[in-house]
Formats: sequence, C-alpha cells, structure tokens
Amino acid sequence: MSKLTPVLSAHWDEKDSFTIEAYTRHGGYTASKKALAMDPDAVIQMVKDSGLRGRGGAGFPTGMKWGFIPQGDDKDHYLVVNADESEPGTCKDTPLLMANPHVLIEGCIIACHAIRAKSAFIYIRGEVTHVVRRVNAAIADAYKAGHLGNGIDVTLHIGAGAYICGEETALLDSLEGFRGQPRLRPPFPAIAGLYARPTVVNNVESIASVPAIISNGAEWYQSMGTEKSKGATLYSLSGHVNNPGQFEAPLGITLREILEIAGGVRDGHKLKFWTPGGSSTPLFTDAHLDTPLDYEGVSAAGSMLGTKALQIFDETTCVVRAVLRWTEFYKHESCGKCTPCREGTWWLVQILRDLENGTGTEADLEKLLDLCDNIMGRSFCALGDGATSPITSSIKYFRDEYIAHLTNGACPFDPVQSTLFVGAVK
Amino acid sequence: MTTTQDSAVAVELITVVIDGFEVSVPKGTLIIRAAEKLGIQIPRFCDHPLLDPVGACRQCLVDVEINGRAFPKPQASCTIPVEPNMIVKTQLTSPVADKAQKGVMELLLGNHPLDCPVCDKGGECPLQNQAMSNGRPDARLDGYKRTFEKPINISSSVLLDRERCVLCARCTRFSEQIASDPFITLNERGALQQVGIYENDPFKSYFSGNTVQICPVGALTGASYRFRARPFDLVSTPSACEHCASGCDMRTDVRRGKTLRRLAGDDASVNEEWNCDKGRWAFKYVTAVDRLAHPQVRNAEGVLVQASWPEALAAAASGLKSKRAAVITGGRVTTEDAYGYSKFARIALKTNDIDFRARVTSDEERDFLSAHVVGTSTTYRDIDVADHVALIAFEPEEESPIVFLRLNRNVKKRGLKVSAVATKQSIAMDKLKAEFIKVAPGAESAAVLALSLTPKSVILVGERASESAGLFSTVASLASKSGAKIAYIPRRAGERGALEAGAIGNLLPGGRPVTDAAARVDIAAAWGIDSLPTQTGRTTSQIIEALSANELDAVVIGGVDAHDLPDSGRVIEALKKSFVVSLEIVPSAVTAVADVVLPVAAITEKSGSFLNWEGRARAFDEAVVDSQNRSDVRILSMIADAMGESIMLGTVTASAREFNQLGNWDGARTQFTPVAGQTPHSVSGNEAILTSWRRLLDMGSLQKGEDNLAGTRRPTVAVISPKRAESIGITTGQQVRVSNAHGAITIPALVEDIHDDAVWVPRNSFASQTLIALNAVHGDVVTVVKA
Repeated sequence: MSKLTPVLSAHWDEKDSFTIEAYTRHGGYTASKKALAMDPDAVIQMVKDSGLRGRGGAGFPTGMKWGFIPQGDDKDHYLVVNADESEPGTCKDTPLLMANPHVLIEGCIIACHAIRAKSAFIYIRGEVTHVVRRVNAAIADAYKAGHLGNGIDVTLHIGAGAYICGEETALLDSLEGFRGQPRLRPPFPAIAGLYARPTVVNNVESIASVPAIISNGAEWYQSMGTEKSKGATLYSLSGHVNNPGQFEAPLGITLREILEIAGGVRDGHKLKFWTPGGSSTPLFTDAHLDTPLDYEGVSAAGSMLGTKALQIFDETTCVVRAVLRWTEFYKHESCGKCTPCREGTWWLVQILRDLENGTGTEADLEKLLDLCDNIMGRSFCALGDGATSPITSSIKYFRDEYIAHLTNGACPFDPVQSTLFVGAVK
Repeated sequence: MTTTQDSAVAVELITVVIDGFEVSVPKGTLIIRAAEKLGIQIPRFCDHPLLDPVGACRQCLVDVEINGRAFPKPQASCTIPVEPNMIVKTQLTSPVADKAQKGVMELLLGNHPLDCPVCDKGGECPLQNQAMSNGRPDARLDGYKRTFEKPINISSSVLLDRERCVLCARCTRFSEQIASDPFITLNERGALQQVGIYENDPFKSYFSGNTVQICPVGALTGASYRFRARPFDLVSTPSACEHCASGCDMRTDVRRGKTLRRLAGDDASVNEEWNCDKGRWAFKYVTAVDRLAHPQVRNAEGVLVQASWPEALAAAASGLKSKRAAVITGGRVTTEDAYGYSKFARIALKTNDIDFRARVTSDEERDFLSAHVVGTSTTYRDIDVADHVALIAFEPEEESPIVFLRLNRNVKKRGLKVSAVATKQSIAMDKLKAEFIKVAPGAESAAVLALSLTPKSVILVGERASESAGLFSTVASLASKSGAKIAYIPRRAGERGALEAGAIGNLLPGGRPVTDAAARVDIAAAWGIDSLPTQTGRTTSQIIEALSANELDAVVIGGVDAHDLPDSGRVIEALKKSFVVSLEIVPSAVTAVADVVLPVAAITEKSGSFLNWEGRARAFDEAVVDSQNRSDVRILSMIADAMGESIMLGTVTASAREFNQLGNWDGARTQFTPVAGQTPHSVSGNEAILTSWRRLLDMGSLQKGEDNLAGTRRPTVAVISPKRAESIGITTGQQVRVSNAHGAITIPALVEDIHDDAVWVPRNSFASQTLIALNAVHGDVVTVVKA
C-alpha cells in the first residue's frame, strides 16, 4: 500500500466524510481562507508552480489556463466545473463528489478568487441524481457556514445526459440552455466562454486538487509524480480485477503496481487488454504493464493518460465485442454536428457488427482502418477521434482475433465467460 | 501593404501561398475564399459567404502551415482566416487533404439516399457535383442507411426530405442570422440529427424560400416546384422582382413557355443573395386560367366581346380622340411602360392628368415627391453607414422586405440604432430592437419632429405617410433641420420609375416640373412637338372625381385594382359612366366596366426595368420568349398611331433609349409648401382610430393562384391595447368587431403594444380588407366591440 498517496481520498472511509463537519475537522476551508488573503496572481502562480495539470483528460496545465483569463477587462468572469463524467470506465468524479463534495466547493472558492470570478457553475451529468443531491446539500451547507455567498457563488447545473456535454464548449452551450454541441474555436472559452465572457472550464478533480496545493504548497505537490507530470491523481480501476475502485497515487505509477494493490486480475485469469484512460484512449495489452502512467509515459507508448480510467479485461473477453460495444456508445453519443463523427460512427458499428458476427471479410478490416483514418483528425471535436482509438488499437494488437471471427464464421468466445456471474450460469 | 476599398477605408492585405501560388487578400478573409480568388475551388457544404462560419461538414479540409509549422491535421478552410506566412495545400497539392475530402464525401454519401433521378436538385446539386469532382469513384459502404418519412412539410411552402439532408445547418443559420426567424433548428443527435420545427409552430418566415435555394442538397424543396422540372430542362433568364420596391435581382426559370421557378439573384449592393417568399413564389398569376388572351370591346348592346387587335385599337382610338381623357397607371408598370403612359398622356391625350399612384394619395405627397425624391438617390449603402435610421409610416418587413434584411444585418453586425414612429409594435421592430415611438394614428408629425438625427442618419418614409396630413412636411423639415437623408420607399415596384418617367401630374419625364416653361421646352423639343399642356394635372382621386362630375370623358387605366382606391364603389360608378380603356393581365373590377380591354404582357413575358426605391435601375429580360403578349408601351404606341398622334415608342428598347437620353432635370426643383398637420381625432368609449397597412402576404392580386405561399401568411388579427381589451372585456384570440357606417370586420383580437386610441387591422388580408369593408385606412374613427 506504500505507493498510494491519499490526499483527495484521505478520508473517504469515514462514515461522515461528505459532511461539512468532517471536512472542517480535517482542516477544510482553511486553504480558501489562506488563498483569499493572497493576491489572485500569487494563487495562479502557486498553481502554476505546483505543476497541476487538467485531470479531465487533456492534461493542460491548470495554472496556465487560469492565467489566460484577461485581467482588468471589466467583464464578468466565470468558473465552470466539468462534472459531466461520462467516459466509459471513468469513475473518479462521482465517488469524489459523493465522499467529499466540500473539497470541490473550496477549490471553486480559490479558483474564483484567482481568476477574479464571482460565480462558479458546476455542470453535473443528469443521471447521477444521488451526487446531485449530495452536492446541492454541500453547497447549501457552505452557504450556511458563510464560505459561499460572500462575493463568490456556486450554482449547480444538471445536464440531460449527453456525452458530448463533457466537451467544454458543448458544456457551455448546454449550460446556456442550448443543445450541447461543440463551438467553433477561436474564440476560446478564456476569451469568450459562458455567455461570451472569459471562462475557465476545469475538471472536478483539477479544482478539488487545488485546496491541498494551497495548504501544503507547490513544492509539496511537486514532490509527487514524475518530471513533467506532477502530483497525485485518482486512478479508477474496473473490470476483471479482484478489488476494483479508485486508487490515489502519484503520476507515473504502473498498472502492475496498481494491480498489485488491487489484488490482481480476476483469480485464475490473466490480463488481456486494458484502457489507460477510458474507452477513447488506444488500448494497451499486458506488454504495457510497466508503462509509467503519467502523461508522457502513456503518450510515448502510443496511447493517452486520459481520465486514468483503467478498464481491465482478461483473456475471456472478445476484444471485437468490447470494441463493438464502445463504438455503439460513440454512435449513440455523436452529437451530429460534423460529418466524420456522425456518419462515421454509424458505419463503424455496422462493419464491426459484421466482423463480430463472423459475416464480414478480411477486406472489411482494411475498410475499417481506412474509415478510421478518415474520421481521426477530421472531425470537429475529439469525440470522433476517440471513437476510432479502440478500433485501430485493437486491430493493431489483436488482428488475429478479428480474423479468427471470420474463419470461424462466428465469435469464438463465450460471452458468459467474461461476466462476473459466470459461476452462477449453468 | 494597403489598398483602399470604398475609397475611404484602408484595408490591410495579407499574402498567403495556396498550392504554390501567392495571393493577397484583405485581413480576415477565410482560406476557402482566398483560394477562390486563385480559381481554386475547395469543395464545401456548410460554408456560405453570407453566413457565419460553422465548420460542420468538414468537406473543405486542407493542409495549413504557418511560419513553417504545420498543423498536425487538415483544417477546415472555411473557418480559418488567412495569416501572414501561411502556406496552404488544398486537395490539388496535398494527398492528405485530398484523401480527407474524399473520405468526408464518402461519409456524406453513406447515409444519403442517392435518389438523384427523382430529386429536384439533381443536375444542379452541390453534393452531386462535388461528389463527382472530389469524391471516390466507387462506393464502399454497403450497410443500411438511415431512413425517414419523406418529405415532411415544415411550412405550407417548404418541404423537408430529411434523408437527403447533409446537416450543413445553412438553413438554420440563415433563419437565425439573416432573417431573425429562428423557426427551424437542428434537433436529435448523431445520424438522426435533423432539421425540425417547433411543435405546432411551422416555418412561417417571409424569407423561408432562401433556405431552399441555399440548401446544398435536395433536402429542402419548394412545395410548388417539387417534381415539376429538371434543372437541365429549364431556361434561365436574369430578371428583377415586380412585387415591391426593394429591387431584388432575380432569376426566372422557364420550361416550354411556362415559368416554373424564380430564384433570388446575386447583387451584393441590393439583395445580396436573398429575396422574400412573395418574390420567389408569387408568379402563378402569369399563368392564371382566366388570363386575358384577346382584346375585348364593348358592343352596341353593352356587352364585352372578343375583338381583333385592329378592331380594339380603333375602338380605343376613337373613344379617346379629342376627348377630355386622363391616365391612371398603377404601380406595376415598368419604367419603360410608365414613360409610354407619360408620353401618351401628353401627346395623344394632351393632358397632364396622369397619376401612377393607384392608392390613397395626397397632394402633399405629390409635392414632396417632386421636391425631395425625384432625381435623388439614397441607397442601401447609406443604411450600411448610417448612425441612426428612422422608420416613418413604413413597416419594412411587410412593405419592403429586403430593406428589412439590410436593416437587420446592420443591427446585428454593428448595432445600428433604429427608431420607428408607429402606432403599434411589430415583429420587425422587435427583431431590429427598434426604439418604438408610439403615436396615435394621425399624430405622427409631432413625434417625427422630436427625433434627433444627424447628417449621417437616414429617414425611411413609406407611402403611407400620405395618409397622415402634414407628415411628409414634417419629414422634410426634420431632414433639413438634421441634414439626414430621406429615402422614400413606395410599396410597389413601378412607382419610383413612374415618378421619374413623369407619370404624375406635376412632373414631366426626368423630374422636369410641368410648371417650368424651360422644362416643357426641353421635353417638347425632344418629342418634336410644339407645346405641352401647361397646367398641373389631376391626381388619381381628382381624376375619379372629374369622371364622376363629367369633367372628364375618358380614362386609360393600366393595371389598377379598384379596391386599392378609397371608396371603390364610387370609383366603379365613375368608370361606368366614362369611356375606359383598360390594359390588364387578368380580368378585374376595372376590366368589367371597361369599354376596351387590351391584354398586356406580364413581367416574365417582356423586357424592361424597374427603378427600386433607391432609384437604381433593375433591368430584366424576357424570360418567356415567343409570348404573344405585348408590353404596355407597345400597345400605347399602337393606340397613339391609331389616333394619329404617334408617340413613336414601338418597343421597350425604344422607350428605354428615349427616356435615358432625356436625362434628369438640372434646373430648379419645385418648391415644397409644407402642409399643416391635423389634430388627430379624439375618441371615447368603444371608438378607436383605425390604423392599418398591408402585409407582405395577403389578398394582393399578384399572389393569386399560389396557395402554398398563402399558407404562410400571418394570421389576420385586430390589434388592440391591453387597456382597450380590458374595457371591452376581450382577450387575445376572441372575436372582435371593427365597424363604421360603411361596414364591419369581425376577426380575432390580438392584445399587444398599440396606442390606446388605436385599433390595427391588416389592410388587405383574408377577412380584413379595410378599403372594401370599411372604406377606411388610417386615421378614421371606427367602433371596436366584442363580437
């Protein structure tokens, strides 16, 4: 357990961890007090110095993003927290908000102060009603305690269940009451974001990481992680693993190490493939067990750290079937704005379904790859790109398995074997 | 490097390299348009030069490099402005861009039904054309396509075939950005995304037809054109719109002698690439079943019978020769025809009794026109640079829709200030964020005088100012006080041309005052005659009066709807007792009482020109060749010949040449004598002062036969203020009765922002034809009660 560095998740195991009392008991709302006494620019500098990078997937330096907000422009500024966690496999913000919503609220106060904003909006996905209730209660408590309402307000907005609204400009459209579709950039949100005002859009975990940085200093945060990926982060482990859940560890930890902590792959089975950062990131195999899970390490190995959603699949899983499922998700979630993603995902599903059913041909594989090439980097936002990642990476590592479907005339796997209730099925 | 545009504004030029060629374009130019300058066509669907970039279709991907650093992936050339040191490689030089474009095209075609053989767009379809030029030669996608019910009507005029739609969002962006009518929007998502209307709220925009025209596929089709023709069977002719004074450039498409379609033409200085639905779709009157085909002459028994041309011309000539006769032309005449009427009146009838204003008029208006309008030019460009535009007795969206679009563009792009002196709030005022200066009908003058304008301001005054005594006078004094420009915007297409051609009692052609001897000499010399009548001629209403009083014997009427005139019953009585020569397209109340009826060519059957409100000539060619119908001027020339008083205008070309050679009067303008305003009526109890104007789509005779268009009319309502609504115990939607001694109109009420003393009803809409039902238009007292 030595590798873990619980900061955000330090007190999740306490019964009342989500209450303002528990949060205060552990020193909550002292960081915001400290930050509010600081010059906003000094807060931004501190976050810059800490090396904190966006935890929503792209890994953009948080302090630098804050620094883009024009100062002294006499305009309202806004902070928008992206809590629209929808990426398949990603489950860090939801437990974080369930277990400790106040750390986000305190982060909002600090960030608002730094970027000279008076209002923060938390955009939360509509499906997680329990989280909505918890965050609402926490906001109410924070107002009652006087942390909010003294020049900084936090508003919770509930999305309507569209994956695209996790894309920051689509989120802003949705927050403004429009249909969520990504906006043309420039102008970037830092110049014209919410209601055309300078806006910072940050992931829940990024903002929630700020109070600890203010309390413990940039150097403390810098002491964790790797050269360019500083600090600790939440890794979400799911799938064929004995002890799934969230593991907070310094960036650069390897899957082998996390798996060890999590009790390993399902007993009697071995790792076949996994995603380093949710389904939009190219797959890894057991060859990547020692790849350092930081932004550079994963990228060098041909994938992306993304949201650090480690989905573990053992040898009972049909990779074609898994990829088909994901692709169906992207087809369902494509917003429809641009041609490659809208039409591309529609066709990808059909070809993959044929391949999974064993009714395709080997030429379909080439067609699939070419189609992916015509979608990747051609679509309006990253949704289309993400849709191609599992396909191209799975063909790269498991082409033989695709071919086996064709020679077999059907899927060679028994899907029941990969379920967790396999023993119960006769 | 700089250059000058519009002689004043310096524009920074940026030089970029596209496919190895250098091109210099103004800063802010998009790559796709810089490429066009070099003749490099990058395929595109969502891009439209008049709409904001969206980058949705991804068809225009190119490789871009700035300062030696290449973008890692191809970029949408429709969204990126050029920058210094930019190198662009299009599909012509970049295999990556070429593959990207072919890939996008393949995907677009994937869910497209490929029903080109039965699609209206087939043959003129950007998807079809660009699939040929920038697509893969073969199709690889062989699964199942998305299907939808086809087509669905999003309004009575526009049909939507969702299967064909490539979701470029041109239509929705047009509706929002240009027309400010966001009645259509994209809904659903992914491949099921589709254009839709709000529930129970159809696409009732006056500009909806533009979406059909800019649709890059056959997804939006006009209900009246769908399945009627193939583009390659059509013969296209440049034309101009005859419906209002906006002056839209048009294209008329004809197959085998029949007009099947009219499209907005491309004129950046006037209508840009847009027009209104009336201009686009109201042309069926040309092919109406009751179209007059042969001359008719009233026989000894008093019955109109078909006659040969020589017979009819002889009858007309003998009925007019040496008689006290006058001319009323109506507003649909072309400039060339108006010149014909003008010359015919002076030479053949030896009178100045001619008026083109077949509507409610005033002497004040006539004097205003000769003093402040004829020979002047205020333009769309003046609106573009104005600091403030005042709308007076003018409802732009209803009465000159392209003026509305231009105002709207300036309001949206640069926050142009618009003020409207009006009796009631309107949809257009809302869209233009106009300052609404609310007045009682008849009390406009005081409000106009209170406007604070500058020499950079523009006053748009409509013909309805003639219905409020003293209003033209206050407009004139406001203009002289502030230095603001005056633009007089009549409703009909022919009025400005008729004014310039002298089809009015106080002016000869070219704005020459009748009362000016030198001006008369000018014209007499040009026409080769000794003298011209010297007395200022009668106005339309005076002509009717004179016919009633037997002070005139005969009248030549060109295209006048008697119901456009006040007291049409009296007009018909006056015509019945006179000798009437009617030049008309379709039978009307006037032809019914005429002694000689001569069929004339409709706009598509002749060439000619209109002068729009700016005074800009809008020329058009004959779209239907070999029509047997002749233009008014040709017929007038034949009558004149038969009378032995030749006007020598045998063709439209001859008329145009002669009129243009006359040039404009450079002598003194007539002096304008201001007219004092009248105190508006005071009303009490259920009394109200009537205010009314025509809607764009109404019972107008040129809209006959186009039922799909009629379906997008705005509802007929009587607008009353909340105070009045309360006092008569009525709410929006309930029937209200507007009446006077003459008659009554019973229509649903709309409680809205209108002067408490006023009631507004549409002037010529279904169930609300004020001139017929009430013999009243504006400023008259009526009674308003719950029906």
